[in-house]
Amino acid sequence: MTFEVGTQLPEQVFYVDRALLKQYADASGDQNPIHQNEEFAKSVGLPNVIAHGMLTMGLVGQYAANWAGGSAQVKEYSARFTKPVIVPADEKVDLTVSATIGEVFEDGSVRLDLNATSAGVKVLGMARARVIKA
Amino acid sequence: MIQPDAIGRTFKGAEVTISQNEIDAFCAVLGEKNTSIAPPTFSIRISLDQSQAVLTSPEVGVNWDRIVHGDQKFEIHQPLKAGDVVRCDSTLEGYKQMAGNEFVTARSDLYVGEKLAVTNWSTLVVRA
Repeated sequence: MTFEVGTQLPEQVFYVDRALLKQYADASGDQNPIHQNEEFAKSVGLPNVIAHGMLTMGLVGQYAANWAGGSAQVKEYSARFTKPVIVPADEKVDLTVSATIGEVFEDGSVRLDLNATSAGVKVLGMARARVIKA
Repeated sequence: MIQPDAIGRTFKGAEVTISQNEIDAFCAVLGEKNTSIAPPTFSIRISLDQSQAVLTSPEVGVNWDRIVHGDQKFEIHQPLKAGDVVRCDSTLEGYKQMAGNEFVTARSDLYVGEKLAVTNWSTLVVRA
């Protein structure tokens, strides 16, 4: 397979709600109340309950894995947590993910430059995955 | 303030055995149907616990309530899977202060037996 730098990959939308935050809290062990308790989140200056940064990163990693043909194809993955995904009660908010091929390496792996937004706001900075497409 | 002599130190973790249930639960959240291996970010479940234990220990002295996750990186040499007995060693690799906040980078090396399976780096911000 040959890949061209600059190629844009199709968008995928994930949906995040309070139930998913609870599910991630249990799966990850991160029970910080800012991800579950609106009163607490607001008391520490947040606009509302926010998603775990690692849930956001996990879902964006899933996008990379889906494109590459499975979790095993993801060799490196990094991101900065720039803005939170804000999750009001009784709403499903979007996590919209797309990517551009940023680099093609000699070993056949490619670097995906990932773009992730929620409600139109960019939530991850410098999100990059090196994958080997199956 | 983080105790300065903690920077550069490596803290060896205890061995944990990864269960299929843990991988299933993680995959379910992400919508991953293949549960034969762990998703790329799964190791955070092990490493962040270890980082928390290290940073909040009296010899390092961080108040975990002040911590915000700044950035994260994974290098996956071998995907984790159920039955793997994993030891996570945590090294406080980097430290800086900026605008009153402290930034500490914890490198977590996850070994399955003698083999380095995953290395991940968490930059954690201790808010002023």
